[in-house]
Amino acid sequence: MSESTKATPAAGSFLEGTWLRILAPTLLALLFLGGWEMMVRVREIPPYILPGPIAIWQTLLRDWGSLSVSLLITLKITFMALSVAAILGLVLAILFAQSRIIELSLFPFAVILQVTPIVAIAPLIIIWVDDIAISLLICAWIVAFFPILSNTTVGLNSADHNLKDLFKLYRASRWQVLTRLLLPSALPYFLAGLRISGGLALIGAIVAEFVAGTGGSASGLAYRILEAGYQLQIPRMFAALVLVSTTGIAIFLSLSLLTHLLLRHWHESAMGRGDRR
Amino acid sequence: MSPRRPLLSLTGVSKRYATGTLALDGIDLTIMPGDFIALLGPSGCGKSTLLRLIAGLTSPSAGTMEWPMATHDATGEVERDIGFVFQEPTLMPWANVIRNVALPLELAGKKRREAEERAAEWIARVDLKGFEKAYPRALSGGMRMRVSIARALVTRPRILLMDEPFAALDEITRFRLNNDLVQLWAQERFTVIFVTHSVFESVYLAERIMVMAPRPGRIAEEVAITAPAERGEEFRTSPEYAAQCRTVSLALSSAMGGAHE
Repeated sequence: MSESTKATPAAGSFLEGTWLRILAPTLLALLFLGGWEMMVRVREIPPYILPGPIAIWQTLLRDWGSLSVSLLITLKITFMALSVAAILGLVLAILFAQSRIIELSLFPFAVILQVTPIVAIAPLIIIWVDDIAISLLICAWIVAFFPILSNTTVGLNSADHNLKDLFKLYRASRWQVLTRLLLPSALPYFLAGLRISGGLALIGAIVAEFVAGTGGSASGLAYRILEAGYQLQIPRMFAALVLVSTTGIAIFLSLSLLTHLLLRHWHESAMGRGDRR
Repeated sequence: MSPRRPLLSLTGVSKRYATGTLALDGIDLTIMPGDFIALLGPSGCGKSTLLRLIAGLTSPSAGTMEWPMATHDATGEVERDIGFVFQEPTLMPWANVIRNVALPLELAGKKRREAEERAAEWIARVDLKGFEKAYPRALSGGMRMRVSIARALVTRPRILLMDEPFAALDEITRFRLNNDLVQLWAQERFTVIFVTHSVFESVYLAERIMVMAPRPGRIAEEVAITAPAERGEEFRTSPEYAAQCRTVSLALSSAMGGAHE
C-alpha cells in the first residue's frame, strides 16, 4: 500500500503505459474490496445477506473440490460452443462472400437467431434435445455465433479494392483470392468477433444451465449458484460468481493475447502507442 | 527491313459508364515496344480509365484494342503481360516486403523458393536490400512505392502501367524515384505508360506525351520529347527541358481551353 501511494504523485512520465494500465485498475479494485470488507464488518452485516470478500475467498478455498468440477464443465461447454461458433461463423461468412444469393437468403435467419432472447428459446431446446450437454452447447453456440459471422462477413468484404484489381490482373484463382487476400483482410475483424463471442459463449452457457437447472455432480457453475441460493449459502454463491467472472476475464485476456500475437506486425489495432508511425 | 509491329493499338476506343458519362471518346493510340508514354491531363480526362482499359480491368464500350504480339491463354483471352503500379503502394499489410514482391510469381504458380529468390533480386534493384523482412507499415512512403515497383517488375512484364504513382510523395522523393525509374527503363526497355497530371514529370520521363482533354476524355495532342540518352539532374535544369515543358504546358492549356468553348 505504501509503495503505491508513493508512486502515485510521480505519475505521468514513467507510470504511463503498461504500469498505469495494470496499477490503476488494481488500486481501484483493492480500494473497492477494502471498502466492502470494512462496511460488512462495521455494520455487522450477516453473511447470508452480504458476505465480505475475505469470507468469500475462504469459501472458495474450502469448496474448491466441488466448484472446480463445475468450473471445468462450464469451461468445456463454453469452449466447445466458441469453437463451433468460430468454425461455422467463418465457413458461413466465406460462403456469403462467394455467393450473393446464399448471403441474401441466409443472413436474415442469422439475424433472427441473434435477436431471439436465448432465455426464451433455451427451454425449447432443452425439451427437444435429449442430451442435456448438447442442448447447453447449442444455447451457448446460438449466442456466440452471430458476432463472428457478421464481423467476418464485413471483413471479407472490406479487402482493398486496388489489391482486388491486382489479383484480377494476375489472373488469381478464386481460391488464391480467398486465401491470400480475403481471409488475411478479414482476420482482424474475425478476431474482434471472436473476442466478443468468447464472453457471449460463457454467458450463453450460464444462462442455459440456469434454465436447465440440472442437479447432480455433473453440473456447471450456474447450477452451483442456484443451489447455493436455495440453501442460503450466500458466500458459496459469491464464490461461484467469482469463478464465472474470472473465467470471463481469462477468456477475454487470452483472446486479446491471441489477437496481439497474430496482428502485431501489421494491424493498427494491435500496435502499442510507441511503435505507431 | 519490315516495319516493327506495335505492342498494342487502340482504334476508336470509347468508354461510357453505366451512369451515362462518356469517360473516353474515340481514342486512337499505337504503342510500340519500348515506348515511354505519358498520359497527361487534368482530373476527369479519363487517363486512369484508359490505363484500366489497357490493363483489362474494364472493357471498352466501343472500338478495338489489338495486341499483335501477345499470346492467348486457354480461354482465348489475351495474355497482356502487364505490371501495374497504383497511385497508392497497394501492398498487403500482413505480408513483409519479400512476400509482397513475390506475390505475382506465386499467383502464377511459381514455387515459393524460386519466387522469393527472384523477388530478392528486384528488391535489391530498387535499392531496398536489407528490408526484405520488413513490414510495409515500417517503411516510408517512398520505400513503399519502391516495393510496389519491384512487385510490378518481378514478372518481367512487357508493359508497365503506372497510375500517378508518385503524386502523393514529397518532391525530393519524387525526383529520386523519377531518376530510378528512368534508369530501370533504360536498362530493361520495357514499355511504360505513365499517367500524371504534372507537366514537369511527363517531360522528364516520357518520350511521347499524350495531352488529354476532359469531357469527354480524348487525346488532344501528341508531343514528342527529345532528350539525351541519359536523363538526369542535368537534363532537369537544361534549357531544352524548360522549352519542352513550355510546349507541353501550352498544349495542355489549349486542350483545356477547347473544353470550355
